[in-house]
Amino acid sequence: MNGIAIQAEGLSKQYQIGGPQKTYDRLGDQLTDALFTPVRRAGKLLTGRAKSAADLDETIWALKDVSFEIGHGEVLGIIGGNGAGKSTLLKILSRITEPTEGYANIYGRIGSLLEVGTGFHPELTGRENIYLNGAILGMTKKEIDRKFDEIVDFAEIGKFIHTPVKFYSSGMYVRLAFSVAAHLDPEILLVDEVLAVGDVAFQKKCLGKMGDVAKRGRTVLFVSHNMAVIRTLCERGLCISQGSIIADGPISDVVDTYLASFEQLEVMNLAERTDRSGRGRVRLVGVDITNGESNGISMLKAGGPAKFTFDLNGMLANLSCGFVILDDLGQPISIFKSDVPSEDDRVISGSEVRFTCEVDELMLVPGRYRMDVFIRGGGERQDLIEGAAFFDVEVGDLRGRPVSPPENRRISVIMPHRWSLPVS
Amino acid sequence: MSSLKQEMSKVTVVDEDTFTYSAVPFVQIKPTKGWVSLRLDELWRYRELLYFFVWRDIKIRYKQTILGASWAIIQPLFTMVIFSLFFGRLAQIPSDGIPYPLFSYAALVPWTFFANGVTQSSNSLVVNADMIRKIYFPRLALPIGSVLAGLVDFCLAFIVLIGMIIGFSVVPAANYDAQLSLRVLWLPLFLLLAFITTLGVGFWFSAMNAQFRDVRYVVPFIVQAWLFFTPIAYPSSLLSEPWRTLYGINPMTGVVEGFRWALLGTDTAAGPMLILSILAAVAILVGGIYYFRRMEIKLADVL
Repeated sequence: MNGIAIQAEGLSKQYQIGGPQKTYDRLGDQLTDALFTPVRRAGKLLTGRAKSAADLDETIWALKDVSFEIGHGEVLGIIGGNGAGKSTLLKILSRITEPTEGYANIYGRIGSLLEVGTGFHPELTGRENIYLNGAILGMTKKEIDRKFDEIVDFAEIGKFIHTPVKFYSSGMYVRLAFSVAAHLDPEILLVDEVLAVGDVAFQKKCLGKMGDVAKRGRTVLFVSHNMAVIRTLCERGLCISQGSIIADGPISDVVDTYLASFEQLEVMNLAERTDRSGRGRVRLVGVDITNGESNGISMLKAGGPAKFTFDLNGMLANLSCGFVILDDLGQPISIFKSDVPSEDDRVISGSEVRFTCEVDELMLVPGRYRMDVFIRGGGERQDLIEGAAFFDVEVGDLRGRPVSPPENRRISVIMPHRWSLPVS
Repeated sequence: MSSLKQEMSKVTVVDEDTFTYSAVPFVQIKPTKGWVSLRLDELWRYRELLYFFVWRDIKIRYKQTILGASWAIIQPLFTMVIFSLFFGRLAQIPSDGIPYPLFSYAALVPWTFFANGVTQSSNSLVVNADMIRKIYFPRLALPIGSVLAGLVDFCLAFIVLIGMIIGFSVVPAANYDAQLSLRVLWLPLFLLLAFITTLGVGFWFSAMNAQFRDVRYVVPFIVQAWLFFTPIAYPSSLLSEPWRTLYGINPMTGVVEGFRWALLGTDTAAGPMLILSILAAVAILVGGIYYFRRMEIKLADVL
């Protein structure tokens, strides 16, 4: 089938500030808000925090003037940082929420895998849930009847099909949920990070299924943080940043643009960055990376020590800090979390709110690495910044064994090791 | 009605057209402006989903309860016993010449359908918030499904009502003779009236509940107050005209008196009161649908 599958023109979505999570659970909240908003606005004007009426408008554009066309059979990867607007775009295309401006023409049935297992009821059996979930996703009963055996086979749940799903292991649950969704067979498929489910074998199977869908001439829109998977599956990419498309073209170019966009952000002051998510009662305002020996020099050596320092702008109960190190392809490599305690951890008094993480042996091959930093406190995520900092690892040695840049770009971790060799 | 609809479609910027073009469905996504179209045709296309919602609600309603579906009977039956003791025995409230237990139970059967339907449907959006945030389907299907599922409970309680009518006729001490007449044929109309009323009120409350969770706490109170504003424990014949007719503005009055008229042979219902009830019920329903549709647009953002 040729022709256009989706044609979007000037799609925009505006949210009240605080984003979609700001809901009025109680009437009282809304009344207080109605009373105090004028006061707060006047206060902002007086204190000079807002210069014009436009600054007073407490709304944000989650998506602004997004236009694109997708042909039938195209597999499009959508990438972008946290809060860039990828999910908002998928939500609009799947009709969950309406755009504030613009329009989109959609030719063909849309199926969305925004979240698998939606509508599953724990009291119902696997079989019953297949029918219920299938109907919710837009399948007819006849269609489900026809694909029923295939769905059960794919999910590998066999004889448990007549057991209520509340007795399922989480793996079985997810497999069944994905299996129903994967058999939807729409003309246009929207996928959002669902491949991060199940064990490795099942993930492989899912990827294969996605490949099949694409090969059969279906249109797929795929949102993921996993650059490796996106590169394999998609031909064309769309990079969204702060609600607008910043790159549209062959996938490898778009991925490069995306990864490079982090480097541009790095020059910005952390405190001023807006591409972050979380409650925001406490924010990350500074990251410092040194090799721990001489101050101010951020040159790290493979196998050498490293010291990461995080400065926060406030204190909260149960405050914790964590970060993920990712390679230059955006593939996560390692995670560090202060809320998982060790006997070696220390508490240091001081006026500033600072977390320090020391690594004795940096087991990374020479190359460029990115850090995503997250802050939790008061039982909620307070802050998350992707690409909060970058660092380079230089050639060095790990326990006396030289570490040089790998010939294969995919390798990023090294381990201390020892060989026993035959006599030559 | 149809001219009204045409008028509206003229005002509406065609916010969404769904038609089939060479076997490929086409949808245009656009912001809704002005009057909202009801998209009842779309609801019809999703009727299978509606069926599954009803089926799910019925299946899970009495899961993990000891007494199971007998709750459908116990609820109105116990209320009847209490009413008979306090209102029938102690307060000596008249019952149009019908044995008081039968008199109140005949009203409690449709009432329980209404009360449970309103409670269930007003929570339907909040309970299924997860689904609404992730998948598109006509949201109207949720409250409609919860009300439809209540029909099973209604049937169970209704069977007991038939049993009671027969029972009271057999026992001579009850001094009651059931007279089966053609009036019974009107019963579906009264059930439909109860259904429309429940649906209408359910639309209002469910949409409000999505935005203001206060509604969850207000609904039980309103339902309880409504119980006493409906001639269940007492007959509407206590009122003199024209008040009795005006009483029909509460659509449940028409339902309850209709049930008694059709099954027990009272002569309260019929005529202007019923017409007023029907008009009120339709007004609640139409207003409810429109209010619901307006809320639906921002539903995914407020839930």
